[in-house]
Amino acid sequence: MIQKRDLTCIGCPMGCQITVEFEGEEIKSVTGNNCKIGDRYARKEVIHPERTVTSTVAVTGGDKERCSVKTRGNIPKDMIFECMDEINRVCIPAPVKIGDVIIPDVCGTGIDVVATRNIHKV
Amino acid sequence: METNEMMSYDIVIVGGGPAGLAAAIAARKSGTERILILERDKELGGILNQCIHNGFGLHTFKEELTGPEYADRFIQQVYEMGIEYRLDTMVMDISADKVVTAMNRSDGMFRIRAGAVILAMGCRERPRGALNIPGYRPAGIYSAGTAQRLVNIEGYMPGREVVILGSGDIGLIMARRMTLEGATVKVVAELMPYSGGLKRNIVQCLDDFDIPLKLSHTVVDIEGKDRVKAVTIARVGKDMKPIPGTEERYTCDTLLLSTGLIPENELSAGCGVEMNPVTKGPFVNEIMETNIPGVFACGNVLHVHDLVDYVSEEAGKAGEAAARYVQSGCTEASRERAPIRLTATGGVRYTVPSTIHTDRMDDLLTVRFRVGAVYRQAYVSVYFDDERVQHQKKKIMAPGEMEQIILQKKKLLEKPDLHTITIKIEEDDASDAIKSSSDGKAISSANETSGAADGAAHRQTM
Repeated sequence: MIQKRDLTCIGCPMGCQITVEFEGEEIKSVTGNNCKIGDRYARKEVIHPERTVTSTVAVTGGDKERCSVKTRGNIPKDMIFECMDEINRVCIPAPVKIGDVIIPDVCGTGIDVVATRNIHKV
Repeated sequence: METNEMMSYDIVIVGGGPAGLAAAIAARKSGTERILILERDKELGGILNQCIHNGFGLHTFKEELTGPEYADRFIQQVYEMGIEYRLDTMVMDISADKVVTAMNRSDGMFRIRAGAVILAMGCRERPRGALNIPGYRPAGIYSAGTAQRLVNIEGYMPGREVVILGSGDIGLIMARRMTLEGATVKVVAELMPYSGGLKRNIVQCLDDFDIPLKLSHTVVDIEGKDRVKAVTIARVGKDMKPIPGTEERYTCDTLLLSTGLIPENELSAGCGVEMNPVTKGPFVNEIMETNIPGVFACGNVLHVHDLVDYVSEEAGKAGEAAARYVQSGCTEASRERAPIRLTATGGVRYTVPSTIHTDRMDDLLTVRFRVGAVYRQAYVSVYFDDERVQHQKKKIMAPGEMEQIILQKKKLLEKPDLHTITIKIEEDDASDAIKSSSDGKAISSANETSGAADGAAHRQTM
């Protein structure tokens, strides 16, 4: 049976209203999107939804208390909290540069958690 | 008490956030050497430093960055260009003849003669005191941005059980952030019948975590003397007044307020810049110049933005114009033709810019505006005096999302007698726009389309 789902694209701030028709794991149609990001988002969202997780980790010996981090790619949506648990166990020493890998392969997702701020050593 | 000799710079930029940084870089690229950024915080980057979520820079860099990463791209350019900046420095006054008075701990009070001034002070959050919420004044009530700073910069959790009033983007972002850090966000209440935030933020910050968004609701009571114990919300009627009998009580220890941003223009007003009462920011022309020649404005001090990319773009324009001003000694437009006025009407609340000198405008000029209500299947129309020249259908327009139209210079030059450009929203007779003034039911249905009420239905950004 073909199912229909209306989505709001989160690929960019436009927030396109997308309609996806799918049967099981097979996508029948994607309409309403204005770009490729929307198409990709909609196809994933109805079958295997994914998100980027952003948070902070504790820092020692730096000019800031916290270093902001992100998953360098999307992780499965249902692993967000598992990923947060791992991020919250981490404390890193300064210095840190944007892009430094903080947690490799977080929760076995194949995705690294990387720093999004520069922290200087003091 | 002037002890130092007055310093002098070609361009002084007040504020080292996204607008100030982009303006400085553009001014330097346009050939102006002596530029000084004055920043009151201890680092450059402004509010982006605490906006650790992703979604920034898709327009500018074609990739999705977090706030600190987006800021860093600009900060590195400022370093490489050797643009001067002073941190921990508060600007006290800007005079009409562009003398900037500032102070910091190491230099004390000092004055700078500026060839041009770029106002890039950003905005601040509307505080509880401006909201008339009854109840005590216990600890546990924070503006969403304050909570964001506490969690993301300082590393403190403001509370465990949270109610959020207002669905501005920062509130939505904080609903997700608090949830990820282990707090329970019980409800987001929004006074208006539509969300003030971006649609994507409703999805990825509320829907993803089953946080309910209650439109047309407001806080009617705050319990607790030392610490917040509970918050009561109620539905509001057309008159925006709470409807008796609709109260719902939520036990909680924290109330976050995301109830709007107000451009921070005390300095602008102090030097005689004319302010637009709608945006609470300066009136500017096509080069982001205020009524005072050589004083420019950009970013959230001009009008509150959803997207930092647009801030950077506008600020770049202000920086280039300021550079031209100091290099030529003036921005004098042609005296042969009076500036064209832009008028916002019929659902359009304001436009930036508000005047255009055709001889100075670029081939294409982006005019940005916001609408005052939710419109579906309505048209954005542009009139040159009485003649309609653009009529563009939009699926949905909402106050929380900035809109834009593009004007072509050649079209304006074809009309030497053009006096006023009017931008308005026009609706088909058949499809009624759902206005903020209509009843609550109609309004929530409007929001279903925008994703707001999709089961348990964000806006990222500034």
